[in-house]
Amino acid sequence: MKRFVIRRILGMILVLFAISIATFCIFNVIPNSDPAQRLAGRNPTKGQIEAIRRQWGFDKPVYVQYVKTMEKVFSGDLISYVSQIEVDKEILQDAPRTFSLAIGAAIMWMAFAVALGLYTAVRAGRFADRFLTALALIGISMPVFWIGALMSYYLGFKWNIFPNGGYVPLTEDPLQWAYHLIMPWTALSLLFIGVYSRILRSNVLDTINDDYVRTARAKGLSERQVLLRHVLRNSLIPIVTLWGLDFGAVVGGGALLTETVFDLQGVGQYAAESVAQLDVPPVLAIVMFGAFFVVVVNTVVDIVYATLDPRIRLT
Amino acid sequence: MSSAEPILRVSDLEVSFATDEGLVRAVDGVTFELAAGEVLAVVGESGCGKSVTAMTLLGLTRSANARFAGAAYYGDTELLGASDAELQQIRGAEIAMVFQDSASSLNPVQRVGRQIAEQIQAHEKVTDAQARERAIELLERVGIPNARKRVDAYPFEMSGGMRQRVMIALALSCDPSVLIADEPTTALDVTIQAQILERFRELVAQMGASVILVTHDLGVVTDIADRIAVMYAGRIVEQGALDEIFYDPQHPYTWGLLGSIPRLDRPRPKRLPTIPGLPPSLADRPQGCHLRPRCPHEFDQCAKTPPLVARVPGATAHLDRCWLSCDRKRELREIEPGVIGLRGKHEVELTKGGAGS
Repeated sequence: MKRFVIRRILGMILVLFAISIATFCIFNVIPNSDPAQRLAGRNPTKGQIEAIRRQWGFDKPVYVQYVKTMEKVFSGDLISYVSQIEVDKEILQDAPRTFSLAIGAAIMWMAFAVALGLYTAVRAGRFADRFLTALALIGISMPVFWIGALMSYYLGFKWNIFPNGGYVPLTEDPLQWAYHLIMPWTALSLLFIGVYSRILRSNVLDTINDDYVRTARAKGLSERQVLLRHVLRNSLIPIVTLWGLDFGAVVGGGALLTETVFDLQGVGQYAAESVAQLDVPPVLAIVMFGAFFVVVVNTVVDIVYATLDPRIRLT
Repeated sequence: MSSAEPILRVSDLEVSFATDEGLVRAVDGVTFELAAGEVLAVVGESGCGKSVTAMTLLGLTRSANARFAGAAYYGDTELLGASDAELQQIRGAEIAMVFQDSASSLNPVQRVGRQIAEQIQAHEKVTDAQARERAIELLERVGIPNARKRVDAYPFEMSGGMRQRVMIALALSCDPSVLIADEPTTALDVTIQAQILERFRELVAQMGASVILVTHDLGVVTDIADRIAVMYAGRIVEQGALDEIFYDPQHPYTWGLLGSIPRLDRPRPKRLPTIPGLPPSLADRPQGCHLRPRCPHEFDQCAKTPPLVARVPGATAHLDRCWLSCDRKRELREIEPGVIGLRGKHEVELTKGGAGS
């Protein structure tokens, strides 16, 4: 276990290093003129530009520039070209929104997918299965920007059931927090519910014919116990990996469309705006932020995986 | 072999499965009784319906495409028509099953002690701690060393022999009256087989449970069976006491089975004697006697009508299904009855109660 954690941390540093180099290259290659000039803001004097160039080390060789830039990324001194605000402040402000969206949606899609997947597997081939399978396929096929816009228009604007956009911090009012997030959660979950329930259904159908499930029945367990303790647990193992990956991706900015549709002002939305304005510093920071979460979540997933399936050894 | 009321009565059991190739009749009119404390071995080739018969008794073959007919009484409960709730009460507590492949028949991600405790708790109101203590005790009884530690092992951390002992401990955990053992030692090597079988026999005798032992290994049979039922293509073609089957086999198929056991005391034949041909497809079986295409002694009658169950004259419960007369069969059979080579040991003289060595 100790070895596993150390290896994982080393691996994480390596991944972040590789990603930082890749994004740093974008910093330099992107056709948006001189970074010093853009950092200096509107109508700078020649002297200001020169000062920034020296301060950021743009007059030095590329590797020095890389080191200086990374220093700034990690010390929080990175400044947006456009707003001149420190990037880390902006990310720290956006991150709770993205986390709220991701955590709620991840719980929602997992819960619904487990219920649906198990139910359709048990009813495989019958009407309920076919109906829900069709529904899942519809869910998979509906783009977030479309269903999100529909929800926002009908549920939010026309019928006023849910608030349209806006975000209330969890610490301020948990109920309002959830109330404001229900629509985004649902919109983001639909696709995942469709995908996950299909995968779980086929996993359950594979597992349910396994010999140890027959043993469980022969022991005199109720069908419910057989399903929950023996079938579901073993069917869930492969899904957990996927769940972790998707969760990491959503936190790292993958919920961009949902955030934009519901104007949540999350990290993904910030990234999209920055890219649109060729505002490179935030992009750099957000990519690092996202990569960090994907790697961390993956490590957590591996630990959970080994707990669920003791045959897997952490090394 | 007690003459008391049988604990299990199966009559005209039929199990068929609707498949793409048509209706497969896996079990076709199986009738037998199991007395209290008796060990009945069901032998036959793979696919003859012996496992399906065994699993049907616990309702484990129930599925959308399965059809059942006949009756199977455990005490007063009819098992084929029993509700799920009734079956749950019986499974594990009254009739328990030992499955053949312990590697796949135990849940890979659950500790073995937990798997045993789970069965105990399914039938009795005991705390987790009590159930765990009982699991440890059971593991000790089936001969697992260091049971207090092994109770927390996962199946993959144990050897095949140890896992099979766990399977047996699991089956014994609620003190069942009937144990169904489906090829309990097939996946193991011969030495371990002998050890486990020995322990199994002891425990079963202690508990006074009846056993249905499904196997294709006649060596195993001579070790522990009181009675034998020989199955072929879904039917019991001959059943009788161990001695009757070995000393006075009536059915040509039984002769084939006994004749194909390798003998250490004879000059080694070029090829191991086998029964010519293959068992019929259960979806498309020959008219009349199922063995007919493979039987050297067939005559007109065999093709016309399936042979009826006949009692061997003079015996009480020695039954077979063959149109040849008993005298004719005794003339025809070529094997020397009663002596078989057994599992690498020297020849074993069969006596009641198993084989000496």
